[in-house]
Amino acid sequence: MRIMSPGDVAAELRSGMTVGIGGWGSRRKPMALVRAILRTDLADLTIVSFGGPDVGLLIAGGHVRSVVTGFVSLDSIALEPHFRTARQRGAIELTELDEGMLHWGLLAAAHRLPFLPIRAGLGSDVLRVNPDLRTVRSPYGGEELVAVPALRLDAALIHLNRADAAGNGQYLGPDPYFDDLFCLAADRAYLSCEQLVPAGGLTGPPQSLLVNRAMVNGVIQAPGGAHFTSCVPDYDRDEAFQAHYAAAAADPSAWQRFQADYLTGNEAAYQAAVRRFGEARATAAAP
Amino acid sequence: MTPSRAEVCIAACAEAWRGDGAILASPMGLIPALGARLAQRTFAPDLLLSDGEAFLLREGTVEGWLPYRAVFTMVAAGRRHVMMGAAQLDRFGNQNISCIGDWARPRAQLLGVRGAPGNTINHPVSYWVPRHSPRVFVERADMVSGIGYDRAAGLGRSGRFHEVRVVVTNLAVLDFATSDHRMRLRSVHPGVCTAEVTAATGFPLAVPDEVPVTRLPGPAELALIRDVLDPGRKRDQELP
Repeated sequence: MRIMSPGDVAAELRSGMTVGIGGWGSRRKPMALVRAILRTDLADLTIVSFGGPDVGLLIAGGHVRSVVTGFVSLDSIALEPHFRTARQRGAIELTELDEGMLHWGLLAAAHRLPFLPIRAGLGSDVLRVNPDLRTVRSPYGGEELVAVPALRLDAALIHLNRADAAGNGQYLGPDPYFDDLFCLAADRAYLSCEQLVPAGGLTGPPQSLLVNRAMVNGVIQAPGGAHFTSCVPDYDRDEAFQAHYAAAAADPSAWQRFQADYLTGNEAAYQAAVRRFGEARATAAAP
Repeated sequence: MTPSRAEVCIAACAEAWRGDGAILASPMGLIPALGARLAQRTFAPDLLLSDGEAFLLREGTVEGWLPYRAVFTMVAAGRRHVMMGAAQLDRFGNQNISCIGDWARPRAQLLGVRGAPGNTINHPVSYWVPRHSPRVFVERADMVSGIGYDRAAGLGRSGRFHEVRVVVTNLAVLDFATSDHRMRLRSVHPGVCTAEVTAATGFPLAVPDEVPVTRLPGPAELALIRDVLDPGRKRDQELP
């Protein structure tokens, strides 16, 4: 198993690739890996994601041609501001699917099937805005269903609480999301984690071992690597920082300042700047 | 103990789940969430409720695990009744939460379709509209996310699980109990007249000769809302 840095992962990606990103909304997103992409010239990516600030930041950095999703949200803030702006400017392509269709497309890809049938989408404008979507008739009784095409990925990026040096990964929060499917749907999968332990050193319930080393090509130790999204039980979403991000994203000059403050240096510089943000708030709140 | 408008709406939302039995109630938004919890604590004790993450809660105790992948399975299995919001809703219950304007370059990007297509084709769906207006109740939804009765009827057998049960707004309760499933005024909240509702609806609404007043929450329900479910009165911020 390769032990990698976020920069190593970004260096393995190529412009034009289809990249799947794990997590959900503003929850357990591989943000350190996303930030590493922001420091590259990668362009024309297609992003497959239950979207959150991962999608927004990559759009803002000019790395995205197309997004495949059912939503892009910050959870506690309903709309991702960069995604919203890009859509209203017509700046990105969008494949808008029902959430369940996205799940099914990943499952089809993971199972190496060309498609999986689903009822979701029938009668809705998802079929109107995705004219390439086809329906199939059941060979067992004639019912018509949507044929969700496999969402095959060139690369998958996920973030879990723990991983070992062999490439096994563990989630300790309430929801695995779809991170295992992202890995299996991808040609190459990269697992960042809060804490990297020696091979075989993962403890806790075996059913929390969501991904195994057959699904993973590289492991990255990235403490705070999901910030500012949640990574419970290690940390909750940084709501104050997320609000700061969203406010900055809504105003071009504030966004330039945000980029200069947080996104020009490496991951260590980002984490140091986030600490200063937290300390400044604590000082301001002190009596 | 006169109920506020918010409290009337909470009880009206609760009514949506009456008789559903042991299914997952998924309320989107504060007033529907208070309604679902009120229903679970009174006349619909079998309802399953999520904490908004991955746990099922019954009176504060974790009784189950329901990560998103299991929610999708519950949706497809039809063991769920969701109350969603709606940026637009037409007379047959076609709902839009995705975007306003031309989809290719929308005037306003909203939530995206989220799970609305799958919800509406698989299990009962209701809607909560906090500001009843012609901007919401429109002739045509710009991006049909949740499907209405006309579209479901066109699907034949594939549409057999479709049901839009009720639409609860700050003014009234609406349903589709007409011969061709056009939206109908079921009841008006206390202090609201029929003309107020029809004027705030951007298409002709079916209005029966006698329009009843929405059921008021009783003393026990009001005590639950005020003392247990929402002692911080968040409901008054959502619906002053």
